[in-house]
Amino acid sequence: MKVLVGVKRVLDPQVKARVKADKSGIDLTNAKMTMNPFDENAVEEAIRLREAGTVEEVVALSIGAAKSEETLRNALALGADRAILVLTEDVLEPLAIAKVFKAIVEKESPDLVLVGKQAIDDDCNQTGQMLSALLGWPQATFASKLELADGTAQVTREVDSGLETINVNMPAVVSVDLRLNEPRYASLPNVMKAKRKPLEKMDLADLGLDTANRMTTIEVMEPPARAAGVIVESVAELVEKLRNEAKVI
Amino acid sequence: MSILVIAEHDNASLVGATLNTVTAAQQIGGDIDLLIAGNGCAAAAQAAAQVAGVNRVLLADDASLEGQLAENVANLVVSLAGNYTHVLTAATTFGKNFMPRAAALLDMSQISEISEVISADTFVRPVYAGNAMAKVQSSDSIKLITVRTTKFDAAAETGGSAAVEAVAVAADSGLSRFVGLAASESERVELTSASIVISGGRGMQNGENFHMLDSIADKLGAAVGASRAAVDAGFVPNDYQVGQTGKVIAPDLYIAVGISGAIQHLAGMKDSKTIVAINKDSEAPIFQVADYGLVADLFEAVPELDKAL
Repeated sequence: MKVLVGVKRVLDPQVKARVKADKSGIDLTNAKMTMNPFDENAVEEAIRLREAGTVEEVVALSIGAAKSEETLRNALALGADRAILVLTEDVLEPLAIAKVFKAIVEKESPDLVLVGKQAIDDDCNQTGQMLSALLGWPQATFASKLELADGTAQVTREVDSGLETINVNMPAVVSVDLRLNEPRYASLPNVMKAKRKPLEKMDLADLGLDTANRMTTIEVMEPPARAAGVIVESVAELVEKLRNEAKVI
Repeated sequence: MSILVIAEHDNASLVGATLNTVTAAQQIGGDIDLLIAGNGCAAAAQAAAQVAGVNRVLLADDASLEGQLAENVANLVVSLAGNYTHVLTAATTFGKNFMPRAAALLDMSQISEISEVISADTFVRPVYAGNAMAKVQSSDSIKLITVRTTKFDAAAETGGSAAVEAVAVAADSGLSRFVGLAASESERVELTSASIVISGGRGMQNGENFHMLDSIADKLGAAVGASRAAVDAGFVPNDYQVGQTGKVIAPDLYIAVGISGAIQHLAGMKDSKTIVAINKDSEAPIFQVADYGLVADLFEAVPELDKAL
């Protein structure tokens, strides 16, 4: 069995996003970048499936700028067997990413695609669902548990009202939530080994796909700031303020 | 303009988020139809017909819609979308599941989690966990949109008298099967609909200590939430989680107890009207968004607060 895992290079979640002065976007100059945290869970799950003998090969895919190679090398250091980078300097919308992803799925014929449920930069939460739609495959989103057996996947999903379980035919696209597993760290020897693992690069233009964006970002703004609060000295003062000033209790 | 709102429901009644989505639809303007899709959901359709401002209720009641699997719901939405300029649903786990699938099948982009309607094709949406707001304009012929419901008031549940019309349902995709739902068992109000929420973080130290918050929640009619750190530590179940990757809420009063205020937690609660932070670390980032901060050991302050209420 083969697993294809999608990984995206994003601003490190510990770094506060800063809006550019010209409001054209977020300033990523010299910012610390990392693998999207949900994608780390997807990579971890794929590696565990291979370690368990369920899966023979784990292929990592990234679609983005040349520096996404760092993110793929990280996936290789964590244990992916090889990587594919589709190069584009454009920032593609999830629909376009799903189309590119589909083209790679058609080349690679994986039995399972794993992706993070959302990227923490655009917070779209779309790519996995869109990819499965374009492939005509079933989807299982927000997975916190995954079990493969007899050509199907039993997936526990984190939904607003609790935990939902569904059973999907394979091949399938599974988008993963943070509680699916605890991602490992790459060891130094594995980081060194990852430099020699195969990483195939291709240009987006060579795939001949329509990846034009449908949306224009008019501006990116700072969120409205909250007025500064006050420090109260005691519980009694807090209760008094909530009753008489904020009038919320 | 004509707008289709995909309702979230439990077969008997509408989930509150649907009412906020109707308000977002009203701000876009035009005739609003509500789709109720499920198995044995006629009662929800009757409830939907009462919502103020709804033109028609479309009822898709079929065994294949049991569990509202994304594949079957998306196919249904695709079969109806051609009649509309906009298709809206709440940005809940229900809406986020099927809507991108429907969008891709229609070869349309999806506009995720809008927080403001500027015009029929221009919207504001939070990015980077709400640390920035993007104003985006869509060129798609059908706008498929999920709505951040905390940013829109709820439409009136009554006052409408829409006709209920049955719609045809495509065959079961056969791709997936609903196995079951382990619903969280709580007698309290739902986090997403509570007007007061009290949440605990890693500072609570264990699950047992969360009972201290229960007593205050009972007195205030509040829901109990938690930070991701508290959930990951196993103190409380995952459906307690407030944050970028949990529930995004905006109650009238949010009380954060022993929560440091990680970026991803703030993203889930910073639109609350009044925020209270109780934390012994005066440098904790939570104090930067708090209207009232109390620098104190929670194990002293919480019992004292309980007594004072």
